[in-house]
Amino acid sequence: MQSHPYTWNYLPLLIQVVVAAGLGLAIVGLSWLIGRGRASKAKLDAYECGVPVEGDARGRFSVRFYMVAMLFILFDVEAVFMLPWAVIYRHLPVLTGSRMFGFWEMVVYLGFVVVGIFYVWKKGILDWTNDRGDL
Amino acid sequence: MNFWWFLLLSIIKIAVVLVILLTAVAYTVLLERKVVGRIQNRWGPSRVGPFGLLQPLADGLKLFLKEDLLPTAVYKPLYILAPVIALACALTSIAVVPFGADIKFKGVDLFQIANVNIGLLVILAVTSVGVYGIALSGWSSNNKYSLLGALRSSAQLVSYELALGLSLVGVVLRAGSLNLRTIVDVQATHGALSWNIFGGFQIVAFFVYLTAAYAETNRTPFDLPEAESELTAGYHTEYSSMKFAMFFMSEYANMITVSCVATLLFLGGWSSPFGHLFPSFGPVIDAILPVFWFVAKVFFFLFVYIWVRGTLPRFRYDQLMGFGWKVLLPVAIANIVVTSLWLGFTRPL
Repeated sequence: MQSHPYTWNYLPLLIQVVVAAGLGLAIVGLSWLIGRGRASKAKLDAYECGVPVEGDARGRFSVRFYMVAMLFILFDVEAVFMLPWAVIYRHLPVLTGSRMFGFWEMVVYLGFVVVGIFYVWKKGILDWTNDRGDL
Repeated sequence: MNFWWFLLLSIIKIAVVLVILLTAVAYTVLLERKVVGRIQNRWGPSRVGPFGLLQPLADGLKLFLKEDLLPTAVYKPLYILAPVIALACALTSIAVVPFGADIKFKGVDLFQIANVNIGLLVILAVTSVGVYGIALSGWSSNNKYSLLGALRSSAQLVSYELALGLSLVGVVLRAGSLNLRTIVDVQATHGALSWNIFGGFQIVAFFVYLTAAYAETNRTPFDLPEAESELTAGYHTEYSSMKFAMFFMSEYANMITVSCVATLLFLGGWSSPFGHLFPSFGPVIDAILPVFWFVAKVFFFLFVYIWVRGTLPRFRYDQLMGFGWKVLLPVAIANIVVTSLWLGFTRPL
């Protein structure tokens, strides 16, 4: 049986975060102190397999990466809603008085999610090889 | 109970766990080099110490002594911060992992740093933040290879995180809790038969999780972000010395965390595969045996990781994204529907 308030359980987690970040900073600092420095112009250039650097890496990149990030935000929010439902699922028959109430509720919800995936799929956002103008 | 006792014991636990974790990281690297060596019909490291056992030490020392370059084109604050973020996230999530039976010493958990009710959620959250380490390192390096590696990696991580998160819902449905101890206790009633992978009928979710987890940790066959044949080293091309090693360490620490979570959620955590057949062996053995089972299962997963790396070729990028969205995600959703239907009919509380 726990003999201390529940919120205390988060304290070690917090300490762990601080210790882990501190360890990371300590390693960076140590490596900077210990590592021998014999830098030269060529060494400090961006690495491009030995040839002289051509421009920088601040150019444009495929819009698909942006689309994937956006889709992730949409679908991840939907996925997060599943967790509280899953935690309480086996209590729902008692709470609602109907045996499959919780199940059908989630089927309706998942139905919307699946329609969303189907739309994105047919729109061609998930096909990385096809090159369509409307993307 | 006394607050300062609690604090002191927590700090001792954190220190011990971090030392063990970092040692495990070092020796997982050695294990990988050894096993991949044998798969490729060679010996692997064998010169430093007996069986090459001191190799990790030599490597660590070498990396510390290497020149710590700070290229002129990089955006310095983020360039320095990125490996710290990656390593801190990788080392944090182990805090909620229970690695032994629920044994208390003066009211403090002996085999878990922080026993919180939302343990699973904490792991998902912390590993999500780890994406920042990779994305920021690639962007701040101002190098084309780094940028491409980071973009690929970020897109891959967020895509597979969906399938990963959804594959866990079946497990949560069965346990009715996000607490990792409760999830294991549900699986400990009839030995291996009640593990989620068998008795919970979560074998599909298990494979979805394992596949997504390989992608999450940037491991073969999903190691596109560091595909050396096209991107030299991906997001850490510009990093040298220990800053490079920190990305390396965080990758292996993440592998260990993922293996721990797979063990806890699908293979019954620290419960013995035939534990229900035997009564207690006395308090000391009852405390040590679960830890042994836990470590054995984690080791099994790590071995599979290395085995897969030694066996499978790399995906092509469009195949990778297609697989995550068009196969794993629908399968994970179908698994939720089937599991909830099954539980609704058989196991209402």
